[in-house]
Amino acid sequence: MDFELSEERQMLKDTADRFIREQCTIDKRHEATKSDEGYDKALWAEFCELGLAGALIPADAGGFGGTGEDISLVFEALGRGLVVEPFLPTLLASVPLAGAGRTDLLEQAMEGGTQLAFAHYEPEGYYTAEHVTTRAAGGTLSGRKAVVINGATASHLVVTARAAGDATDTDGLGCYLVESGAPGLEIIQHKSIDGPHVAEITLNNTPAEDLGQGWDAIERTLSAGALAVSAEAVGAMEVAKDVTLDYLKERKQFGKPIGANQVLQHRMVDMLVELESARSVVMLAANTFEADRHTREKNVSAAKNTIGRAGRLIAEETIQMHGGIAMTWEYIAPHYAKRIVMIDHLFGDTDHHLERFIALSRAEDA
Amino acid sequence: MDLSYSEEDLAFQADVRGWLKDTLPADMVERVKTGKRLPREDFLNWHAMLRSRGWLAQMWPVEHGGTGWSASQKAIFDEEVVAAGAPRVSPFGLNMLGPVIIKFGSQEQKDHYLPKILSDEHFWCQGYSEPGAGSDLASLKTKAVRDGNEWVINGQKTWTTFAHFADHIFVLCRTDPNAAKPQEGISFLLVPMDTPGVEVRPILTLEGEHEVNEVFLTDVRVPIENIVGEENKGWTLAKYLLTFERTGIANVGNNKASIKGIKAAARNVMKNGKPLLDDPMFAARLGKVEIDLMGLEVFNNRMIAAAGVGNAPGAETSLLKIKGTQVLQETNDIMRRAAGPYAAPDLPEAFDPGWNGEAPGPEFALRAARRYFNNRKTSIYGGSNEIQRNIAAKALLGL
Repeated sequence: MDFELSEERQMLKDTADRFIREQCTIDKRHEATKSDEGYDKALWAEFCELGLAGALIPADAGGFGGTGEDISLVFEALGRGLVVEPFLPTLLASVPLAGAGRTDLLEQAMEGGTQLAFAHYEPEGYYTAEHVTTRAAGGTLSGRKAVVINGATASHLVVTARAAGDATDTDGLGCYLVESGAPGLEIIQHKSIDGPHVAEITLNNTPAEDLGQGWDAIERTLSAGALAVSAEAVGAMEVAKDVTLDYLKERKQFGKPIGANQVLQHRMVDMLVELESARSVVMLAANTFEADRHTREKNVSAAKNTIGRAGRLIAEETIQMHGGIAMTWEYIAPHYAKRIVMIDHLFGDTDHHLERFIALSRAEDA
Repeated sequence: MDLSYSEEDLAFQADVRGWLKDTLPADMVERVKTGKRLPREDFLNWHAMLRSRGWLAQMWPVEHGGTGWSASQKAIFDEEVVAAGAPRVSPFGLNMLGPVIIKFGSQEQKDHYLPKILSDEHFWCQGYSEPGAGSDLASLKTKAVRDGNEWVINGQKTWTTFAHFADHIFVLCRTDPNAAKPQEGISFLLVPMDTPGVEVRPILTLEGEHEVNEVFLTDVRVPIENIVGEENKGWTLAKYLLTFERTGIANVGNNKASIKGIKAAARNVMKNGKPLLDDPMFAARLGKVEIDLMGLEVFNNRMIAAAGVGNAPGAETSLLKIKGTQVLQETNDIMRRAAGPYAAPDLPEAFDPGWNGEAPGPEFALRAARRYFNNRKTSIYGGSNEIQRNIAAKALLGL
C-alpha cells in the first residue's frame, strides 16, 4: 500500500492548489455566474494554459492524464476553490471523444478554444442512466435532453441517443456529435442554484455524427463524472469544515468562543470523522477507476453514496453551527454548502447509488 | 498512490492464511464461530500455536522475541485470524504490559517478566478503572504506601477482564496524594494475584455473562521493586499503554466477518416468501454499512501508513474508534433484527462448549441479541466515544 502521490501528480496538485488559492476568489465566481457563459473566460484560458484541462484527458487522446487519480486530484482542488469553470463538461465529453479518436477536438478543448458539453439525461429519466428516448435515425437526432451543464455555451455537444431498442435497453445506445447552431437544435439556458449554467435541449431532426461509442462509453463517462464531483465534494467539504472551525474559535457568545461548548466540539469531530471516511472511499474509487468494470462501478457508487450522506451532514452543520451569518449571500460558507448539497443531484443521488451498490455487491456474492 | 497490498504483503497474507488452515483445530474454530464461552485452555493453546510459529508477540521488537511486523502485516494478520475463527490473543500481557516493560522497565524486569509473558507462565489482567474513575481515569483513588521494602496497596479496581483467569495484575496506584495535579503522583505496580488481600468478584454483564470482575485490594503487600518506571510518574506509562490499546481499534477484520455473517444469515431468513437479504429496507441498511466499512478500511490503512513502522498511531485513532464502533454496532443491530422474533429466546447453556441441543429458531439467532447487547461496550471502553471526541477536538481541531 502506498498513499503518496507520484512526483508529477504532486506537482500538478501544487500547481492547481496555488493557482486556485490565488486566483479563484468568491467575488470572481459571483461575477462569472452572472455572465452569459456562466464562467470566467479569462480564468478558463489560464486554467487551460496551466494544463489543468489536459490533466483530465488521456495521453493517447492528446492529453497527459485522464486516470481516476488525475480526475480526483484536479476536482478536489476545484472543490476547494468552488471553481465554476467548465472542467466537468470537458471531462464528460472527452471520454466518448477520446474513444472515437477525435483528438483534434480534444486538443482544441484543452487549449481553451472549443467548448464541449455532454447531453445525456432526459426529462422523464430521473437518474436512470440507461433511460434514453432520443432517437437516432438517418444521420439525425430527435428528442429532449435535461439540465445539460454548459449546454448553451458549447460549440460541440456529445449527445446520447438510441438507434434501436426500448427506453431502458443498453443495446442500441450511442454517442453523437452535434454542432451548436445545427438545424432543429433548440437550447434554453438557465442559471443554477449552485453555480454553473445548465440548459434544456431539444433536437428535431438535427444532423449528428455517429461517434461509434456505445453503452460502455456512456457508463464510463457517467462514472468519471460521479468520481469527479465526489472528489470536488471532498475539497468543498474540507473548506466548509475549516471555515466552520475558524468561526467556532472566533465567534464569542456568553463571553467565550462558541467552540468552547462541548456540544459543538463533538459535532465538529463528527464532521471530521465523516469527511475523512468520505475522502477514503473516494480515494478507493479513484485508485480502482482503471480496474475491471464491476470494481470500478461498485467503488464509484460507494463513493457517491458516501458523499451524499457525508455531504448533507457537513453542509447542514456548516450552516447550523455558524448560525445566521451562514444564511447570507455575503458570507462564503453557504456557497460551499450549496455546492456540496447540489452535487447529490448529479449522476445519481444517494439513494440511486445505494441501490446500485447493493445490486453490484449481490452480484459478487452470487 | 496504490491502495492494493504489495507483493510481500500478499505473500504474507497467503502464508498466514495457509498456516491458520493447517494449524487451527476444528473444534476450536467451531467454538469461536458459534460464540461459545472459551475456556482458559483455548487461549493458552492458541498462544502456544502462535509461539511455535514465532507470531505471539506482535507488538514487540525482534530483539525481545517479537515479530517486528509492519503495521500492514499486523492489519493483515488481524483480519485473517478473525476470518479463520481463531480466538483473540489475550492482550493484557502481550500487547499492553510487554511494550510498557520494554520501554520503561529495568533490565531485571525485562529479564524476569518478558520471557514469562511470552511463555504464558504469567496470565495478566489490567487494573486501571475504578468505581469512581472511568472516563476520568486520573482521578483514581487506589493508593500505595511505602512500608520499608514493600508497597502496601489498598483500593478497588473494576471492569477487570479475565481477572478470574489471571495470575498477575498491573495496577495504577496513587502514591502521592498531595501532588499538584491528579496525573502526578500515580505509580505503575505489578501484583501477583495470589498475594494475600487480593479478592476477585465477578460482574455479570447485561446479557448474563462473566467476562469482567471487580478486584478488591486490601493491605496487599508487594516488594518495592515491583514498580515499573519512576515513582509518581506512572501516568506516562499509563498513557503509553493506551496507545497500544488503540491499535486495531477500527476493528476492520471483525466488521468484515460480521457483514459476511449477516449475509449468510439473511439469505436463509424468509420474509413474504423471499430471502430477507433481498428485502429493500433490509438491503439498504446493510448496503450503507458495507459502504461505510469500505471507507473505514481505507481510512485505517491511511493511518497505518502515516504512522510508519513501529510508531504508535496518533490522535486520528480517536476518529477510527468512533467510526469503527459505529460500524460494528450497526452490524450487530442488523444481525439482531435479522433474527426476527427468534432474537428473543435465550439459551445460556447453548454457549457451553459441547452443547448439542437444538436451537428454537435459526442457529445464528441464539447469538444475535447477546452480541448486540455485549458490544454496546465498544463505544464505552478504551475511552468512551465521547472522550474520543474530546481528544480529537483538542488534538486535531485545536478547540
